[in-house]
Amino acid sequence: MGQIVLTKVRKAFGEVEVIPGIDLQINDGEFVVFVGPSGCGKSTLLRLIAGLEDISSGKIEIDGKDATDAPPGKRGLAMVFQSYALYPHMSVRKNIAFPLKMAGMSEAEQNARIENAARVLNLSNYLDRRPGQLSGGQRQRVAIGRAIVREPAAFLFDEPLSNLDAALRVVMRQEISELHQKLKTTMIYVTHDQVEAMTMADKIVVLHAGRVEQVGSPLELYNAPANLFVAGFIGSPKMNFITGPEAAKYQAHTIGVRPEHVEVSKDGDGWEGKILLAEHLGSDTFLKVACPVVGEMTVRGNGEMGLHHNDTIRLKPRADRIYRFDDKGLALK
Amino acid sequence: MATRQTQSLARLMRAPAIILLLVWMLVPLAMTLYYSFLNYNLLSPGQTSWAGFFNYQYFYTDPAFFESIKNTIILVLGVLTITVVGGIAIAMLIDKPIFGQGIVRILVISPFFVMPPVAALIWKNMIMHPSYGVFADIAKFFGANPVDWFAQYPLFSIIVIVAWQWLPFATLILLTALQSLDGEQMEAAEMDGAPAYSRFIYLTLPHMARAITVVILIQTIFLLGVYAEILVTTNGGPGFASTNLTFLIYRAARLNFDIGGAAAGGIIAVVLANFVAFFLMRAVGKNLD
Repeated sequence: MGQIVLTKVRKAFGEVEVIPGIDLQINDGEFVVFVGPSGCGKSTLLRLIAGLEDISSGKIEIDGKDATDAPPGKRGLAMVFQSYALYPHMSVRKNIAFPLKMAGMSEAEQNARIENAARVLNLSNYLDRRPGQLSGGQRQRVAIGRAIVREPAAFLFDEPLSNLDAALRVVMRQEISELHQKLKTTMIYVTHDQVEAMTMADKIVVLHAGRVEQVGSPLELYNAPANLFVAGFIGSPKMNFITGPEAAKYQAHTIGVRPEHVEVSKDGDGWEGKILLAEHLGSDTFLKVACPVVGEMTVRGNGEMGLHHNDTIRLKPRADRIYRFDDKGLALK
Repeated sequence: MATRQTQSLARLMRAPAIILLLVWMLVPLAMTLYYSFLNYNLLSPGQTSWAGFFNYQYFYTDPAFFESIKNTIILVLGVLTITVVGGIAIAMLIDKPIFGQGIVRILVISPFFVMPPVAALIWKNMIMHPSYGVFADIAKFFGANPVDWFAQYPLFSIIVIVAWQWLPFATLILLTALQSLDGEQMEAAEMDGAPAYSRFIYLTLPHMARAITVVILIQTIFLLGVYAEILVTTNGGPGFASTNLTFLIYRAARLNFDIGGAAAGGIIAVVLANFVAFFLMRAVGKNLD
């Protein structure tokens, strides 16, 4: 079991209100990702759930029990830290055994669980090493191992992949997703990387300045962003926003067009523009285009497009893929 | 830049300093060794003669010798225990954010700035004195008889004074170690359900092991040679109750004017210090790599 319910959770550090009040329900077995720009309160929210920070007001329930004032060790949650936070003077085995030892578990039971975790995480050959002798990915796995042996109600991940290089990050991302499918335990994952959020989550919580902007599945957020912030944050490259007379044609204050939803032609319909920058990735081409009518646009095309700096092209947004927003930045239905 | 030329040049440039240090160490050591085999008394400095191992035998058979060794060990171990345990406790206290932290830290460190004879005199005359010391006042307030510390517990009193002087050093080193302890590790342990004392045993102490080793090694070196505190308080007495090896050597040289005997004692002290250093390095030195 691992259902977590937050009710009007508020956190202030002195005068500064970091989280003005959040209501959120996380269901058993869900992979929930908190995503948002740095300083949006996502890590703070995770630490409130973990019990590493006291909440200023509100209520946290874990599996139906009030855990608002419970100490971190008593909440039945396990956390994987950004710096891994392994105990440097203990071997991998002792690191993983530490929570079990603290729980007063028998030696035999401890060993069984450690062996099991080591097998799941491919750590069996490293059990007698110290964390300092391991690579970044291995340390990450030890940190996860230390979390899974406890068989917690939920796992909390605090930007666990940000210290790894790009290639390893992709591998570990998949490993964590597979682990979730294997264990079917609730996971809460904090990241500022929207690619991680989109690829891993069952449910994404987009946070901005301590407020929940939108909660939904990755594709819900992509297809129906609730407001300008979510629209701009989810999707890479970023959505283009157009205001003024061109937006008014669609009865909106602002319209949003994703770079992948623009048709490019040499001469045809649409906004005329000059290519400022063309990035050729082989599989994709990213264009930065200066359009006199709508301003600067980013465009993504499939494959090699044969376009270069200073070429003049025409851009036509796909009519069914135009996002409309009112003057408060909220999506228009 | 590690070419052959730069290496030999570096050796050449280092040589004067190394030679100076070597001479500074070897000449006094050689002279002490030489004097220890002479009959050489300052009351008749002209009449020196070869003594063989007589000085060593004389020093070794002196009943005060073994008492002084015992006192030296008790002094070193006593001060080490107080400073390491107390240092950890104080370091953990002043590591917490408190009001007036800067001033508190300076106050904690300040005993280290007081030179040993002055500190010992203050303790002797203002704190431990049986008639106008602070301890005597406290005892009288509770209706008890004041304790004459230096007469009744001479070695203990000296341990207290020396520990008071070295506590800031231990605190300072241990505090810096404590400050480098990773906060996320502590939080991870908290999440793992470790109560405060387990976090101390399994995380804080192992983290401070290296700093504790440094404190023990450096303090042992200095504590083997404690002298000024004894000179201005008990003068080694009553009897030999607070005489350590250093003070015994001082007695031989400056009270009995027996240069040969004192030199022999000095050589014994050097051998003992190296003996201690050897075992200390074996016992705790592994924490340093």
